[in-house]
Order: sequence, then C-alpha cells, then structure tokens
Amino acid sequence: MKVMAFAFLSAIAIAVIADLALDHAGFSARDVTSGPAVRLD
Amino acid sequence: MILRRFLTVLAAIAVLALPAPGQETPPPDPRAATGGGQTLEDILARQQGLKVDDSFRRDALGDPDAAAAPSDQLGTLGGVSDPELWRALRYGAADLTVSTRMPGSEVVIQDGGMRWLAFREGPLLHYGSYLLLAMIAILVLFYIVRGKIRIEGEHTGETITRFNAVERFGHWLMAGSFIVLALTGLAMIFGRVALIPLFGKEAYAPVAAAGKWAHNNFAWAFMIGLALVIVVWIGHNIPNRHDLKWLAVGGGLFSKGVHPPARKFNAGQKIVFWAVVVLGLSISLSGLSLLFPFELPMFAKTFAILNGTGLPQALGFGELPTVLGPHQEMQLAQAWHGIVAFLFMAIIIAHIYLGTVGMEGAFDAVGTGEVDVQWAREHHALWYEEVTGKAPGHSSAEPAE
Repeated sequence: MKVMAFAFLSAIAIAVIADLALDHAGFSARDVTSGPAVRLD
Repeated sequence: MILRRFLTVLAAIAVLALPAPGQETPPPDPRAATGGGQTLEDILARQQGLKVDDSFRRDALGDPDAAAAPSDQLGTLGGVSDPELWRALRYGAADLTVSTRMPGSEVVIQDGGMRWLAFREGPLLHYGSYLLLAMIAILVLFYIVRGKIRIEGEHTGETITRFNAVERFGHWLMAGSFIVLALTGLAMIFGRVALIPLFGKEAYAPVAAAGKWAHNNFAWAFMIGLALVIVVWIGHNIPNRHDLKWLAVGGGLFSKGVHPPARKFNAGQKIVFWAVVVLGLSISLSGLSLLFPFELPMFAKTFAILNGTGLPQALGFGELPTVLGPHQEMQLAQAWHGIVAFLFMAIIIAHIYLGTVGMEGAFDAVGTGEVDVQWAREHHALWYEEVTGKAPGHSSAEPAE
C-alpha cells in the first residue's frame, strides 16, 4: 500500500510542478490571452 | 390620322414588350418581397437542416467607399450600417483589432458555438448519464445474481508477487489522477444542471475554479501514468489463443467452478488494457488540444485522413469538413473529450467493481502486490506455472490447467 500512497502523492506533486512550470514557461492564461498593451506585473 | 399614329405607337410598345427571340426572361428575385433579406423559404429550409445559400447577407457588408464625404449630410456615419457591421462580425469579415494575443481572438461571433452548446447540454449530458447509470445498474444486478467471486479452494496463506512496485506505481498514478479527472470533469459538465441548483452559485464557484485547476494539472500525472502502464504491460497484453477459450466461457465470471487458464492477464483484463490505451491516448490528445487553446488543432487533419479511408462516406456521413475555424476545432475537441470520457468512466467503473467488491483477492494484486497462491492458481494458472515452474493442480471442479 505504500506504493499506492506514493503514487497519489506523486500525482499531486506532478500537478503542482506542471502548474508552476507552465506558468514559468509563459503558458498561463493571462500570459497567453493578454495583449502587449496589458501590464501583467 | 390620329388613330393610325396611336395604333402605331401601341404596336411599337407591344413589340418592345415582347422578349427578343433567344433572350430569356430574368428570374424574379426571390428576396424582392423581403427587400433582400431572408425569406420564409430560407427559414423553413434551415429548420429542415438544409443548406441555405446565405451569400445574400454574407456579402451584404456595406461599402465604405460609397460613403458620403464627412462634410456632407450624415457623412460621418460612413458607408456601413449597424446591421452590416454586425453581419461582418458574424461572418468574420470585419477589419478588427483586438487586444488579446490568443489565436482566433478576432472571431468575436461564431454561431457554431450554439450547436456545440446544444450538444454539450443535450445528448452528451443525457446519454453520458444513461451510460454511467446503466453500467452501475448492470453491476448491481451482477452482484445480486453472482455475488462476490470468491477463491474456491483453500487459502494457502502463501503469497506470490503479482505486480512489482513499478507496475503498481504506474497503475496508481494513472488511477489516482483518473479519479480526480473524472470527478472534476463531472463537476464541470453537471455544474449548471445539477450542482448550481443544489448548492447555489456562490458554493459552486470555488468548486468549479479548484476543479478546473485540478483537471488541467492532474492531466499530466494521468498521461505519465498511462505511458508507464503501456510500457510495462503492453508485452503481456498481446492477444493469444488462450483468450478465445477464456472468452468462450465468459472468463468463468458467470458460473462457479469454472477457471479458464490465463497467463499474466486474461482476455477480460486485456480488453480493459486496450480500452485504456485507446481511450487514454485519445482523451489525452483532445485534452492537450484543450490545454493549449487554438495551438493544437487536430480535427481537420483527422477528418482529411478519415475521408481518405472512405469510412465516413460509407457510413453515410459524407465528406467530413477539412477546413475548420479555430473555434470549431476547440468545440470538436471538447465534444470528443466528453464522449471519450463517458465511455472511459463506464469501463473503469466495471474495472473498479471487479477489482474491489466483485472479486476476492483482486485488490491485493495492486494493493500490496502479493496474491494468495490459490488465487493465482484459479485465475491465472498459466502465469502461476510460468513464474513458479509448478503445475497449478488446485482442487476446484474445473482444472485451471
């Protein structure tokens, strides 16, 4: 059962990392959908 | 004299009024009565699903060049009326400047969206619900009739490793993320029709926002788990002759004492495996298309390939469209994602049933990875023989070979 728990924790970790990594890479919705006239910071 | 002149003029008028030989009378304008707008015939044809030539309004977008000079009366209004401007927006012909960078953002009106919405709130929701409820009803009925499938021989107390840690990790990575994806997907699609009426918009809003975040990001764990499962198990899921024997007796699921021989995976498990592979890959592709809006259009290309096979034509769908707008691509991706998701969930509900309450000892295989030797002898006799080098030789009514 430890493997199952580890897999569930891994799924959560992958989700968080994916969110942060995609944001960092410029794939966030605000980055993708806002025009150059919009200041994001 | 006067009468002669009058008759001459009358004759000349009559001659001029007659059509010249070989000259056809132009057909009357069918839209003359509506001032060039759509007619009752157009509306009726559209209601019958017939294709209507809408060039009479598609092309009626005004003429800025014909506008009066700004100094003239009404000159500043330009050569385009409000209806003509909205028409241009609707047909994507307006000269637009938008402040977003998203592809397809210059499409501000797309009436195909109404067909997508009708499908999403109608057939997808209804038939999807029926499918899940039917599967649950079948399993309840099966449980009532058959009961839990128990190990028929004596428990040996001795175990054998059924799945190693990597196999179990891949299974649970995919399974755990699938449960999150299924629940959040259902929460999104049933939000407006079921959850908001039950809990209210204020309670649903944070659930929807969190659910969307989870759906978008747990998808990556699902795809990694799917890839891992395919790598570690595909070799064991190639069909063989034992599968036919297994299928011929329904896997022994419907009668006690029947244990058709199977290797590591029986035919039923292979069906689930290949369903997971095909549906999992398909839902991942449409999901990626939705994760990166307008960046990964794939339906026009898929339709072109399908048209090449002649399959859509043979099935009566005719030629599928191979030129699709950005929003059409997204709508098709979402619709397909939903269809595959409901099929996937129905299959996985059956899989979860058999892996838990439906069969004694099945959960141990992916839980601890260890199964009772007697369980292995009864359900996977050929695999047991391969792994241990011993003949199964259990004492149930039908030898498991």
